[in-house]
Amino acid sequence: MEKNTEEPLKTAGGLYRVELFFSKRRMILIPAAFILFLAVPLMGFNQYILRIFTVIGIYIILSLALNLVAGYTGQLSMGNAAFYAIGAYTATLLLLRGGVNYWLTIPLAAVLAGFCGLLLGLPTFRLRGSYLTIVTLGFGEIVRMILMNWDSVTNGTLGIRNIPAPDFFGITLSLRNGGFYYLVLFLVVLVSAASWFIVNSKIGRAFVSIREDEIAAQMMGIRTTKYKALAFVLSAFFSGLAGAFYAPMVGYIDSNSFTFEVSSQIISMAILGGLGTMRGMFFGAAVLIVFPEVSRFLMDYRFVIYGVILVLMMRFRPQGLLGWQPRVPVRFSKTVRSDLMREGILPEGE
Amino acid sequence: MADFVQQILNGFALGLAYALVAVGYSLVFGILRLINFSHGSVYAFGAHAAFFMVGLHFGPVPAIIAAMLITGVLGVVIDRTALAPLRKKKSVSIAALVTTLGISSIIQNMLVVIFGSQRKPFPDFFNFGTLELGGVRLGSRQLVMVTVSLALLLLLLMVVNKTKVGLAMRATAQNQKAAALMGINVNNIITLTFLMGGASAAIAGGMVGGYYQIVYPSMGFMIGLKAFAASVLGGIGSLPGALVGGLLVGVIESLAALFFGSNYRDATAFIILIAVLIFRPAGLFGKKEVVKV
Repeated sequence: MEKNTEEPLKTAGGLYRVELFFSKRRMILIPAAFILFLAVPLMGFNQYILRIFTVIGIYIILSLALNLVAGYTGQLSMGNAAFYAIGAYTATLLLLRGGVNYWLTIPLAAVLAGFCGLLLGLPTFRLRGSYLTIVTLGFGEIVRMILMNWDSVTNGTLGIRNIPAPDFFGITLSLRNGGFYYLVLFLVVLVSAASWFIVNSKIGRAFVSIREDEIAAQMMGIRTTKYKALAFVLSAFFSGLAGAFYAPMVGYIDSNSFTFEVSSQIISMAILGGLGTMRGMFFGAAVLIVFPEVSRFLMDYRFVIYGVILVLMMRFRPQGLLGWQPRVPVRFSKTVRSDLMREGILPEGE
Repeated sequence: MADFVQQILNGFALGLAYALVAVGYSLVFGILRLINFSHGSVYAFGAHAAFFMVGLHFGPVPAIIAAMLITGVLGVVIDRTALAPLRKKKSVSIAALVTTLGISSIIQNMLVVIFGSQRKPFPDFFNFGTLELGGVRLGSRQLVMVTVSLALLLLLLMVVNKTKVGLAMRATAQNQKAAALMGINVNNIITLTFLMGGASAAIAGGMVGGYYQIVYPSMGFMIGLKAFAASVLGGIGSLPGALVGGLLVGVIESLAALFFGSNYRDATAFIILIAVLIFRPAGLFGKKEVVKV
């Protein structure tokens, strides 16, 4: 065992040591980070900073959602803004026209978005690679055009104004009192946990096998079409969740909030951080939301630089800044470990 | 009835412009199996180059030819600086796709930096009058667009089908490794397709700019997607397919605007696109690809 831990150390160097450091202390570090983030609104930041934190939270959810379908299943979706939009519009309409309680609109909107994800997932039965990407792109544009033109429901290009902020036991949530921040923090924790459990389950392993080699996966008895559709549904569900949160936070939505630019921004975040890793989503979302804010002095050049970053990343580090295969030894669950020991694959007492 | 014929005519003229842009997608996809997302921005760049050159008062024809050359060079630069290194490294296909997204952002925002994001009036230099036949108006702008596009598309077809360079291009599209073994410089052929794609996009940009008399940096996004829909409809990788696809998209969306209102005009192209991809993924003229294990 001694040798096994030494080996990757030589090849991987610093990254491995950092990963091992975090991995060993994750039981302390994750709760510590959580408590730190709980305390953020108490640190006296102004509304502008809190807003940035909240927007980062939204984009973490969106990137985690994209990651399920693009990172683990290997089906690049360029229409995730559509699910975000469907979530936002559904929540808003339920809230304003249906009179549904805010806390119910979030799951309902996510479910409807998930259903639309199933609709988009259907063509995946027949399409692969670039063709699938195009369908998702077309889907995103069609949804946006429906939102823009269905005047009687979505109020067309004017959008929907005055979306009320929700109450939580008599306190109206706002950016100022940190209510929205806490809510998004809760959602981020929820989606991260869900994402972690999905990825580390049988479903997640099926996703990865489809990404690595679809034909081989099929040969091993994995119903690839079912799992691809499931990946789209899950991705749409979480994106819808983010949308349902977003609408009451900004209080105003129109079809321009959900353009192709949004989809492409989510993709950029996932790629910058590292597709197929969860840490990368947090990092990518934080960097690409903060970057335009701190570089306001660059004005129009910001998005030129944004493009340059994407091009350079693809050239020199296509796996993303935090994207590397885990080098920390795999931890098996207790039952699996005892099984392996009984079979003599793992030495006793491991 | 006159309205109907009028819309078909308008759609025909616009469809040919789509076809010119679609050719750029088809050429690159045929060889690299890559959706070149930067092509819409290259088209916008072409329109702005034409706008700039026309502003220098050498006359419209030299202006458009100059724009064509500049944009062709831009295509070459894109390939040589960003995409060729990825090919050399044998990167995964998603890397090239994202690179073209990045390039698109660079070009479009450089146009914003240089020309400003507002809509700029493009001189109306194709307007020599209108022909009116039984309520159907045929503008000289449309005539110029139809003639130039058809001539260019025919020229491109000739190059691909009748010349030695065209033979090399077709060989590269079929099998890069085998083509390289036959002594074809594959990298140069790929760069050449980017040159041709850029030049045809610039002409389309100049003409559509003249048709609507307006240019702006984000003009390439929608037409890029529509041209892409057109090339998929025709069978991506096939040049006659790009022509037929462009015409179909142009005519169908003009008719859709007539029957369902102009708001749904833009959605039509995508509905066609998705329907084609689901029911006939290879398109009208494309060959079905077989995955071998």
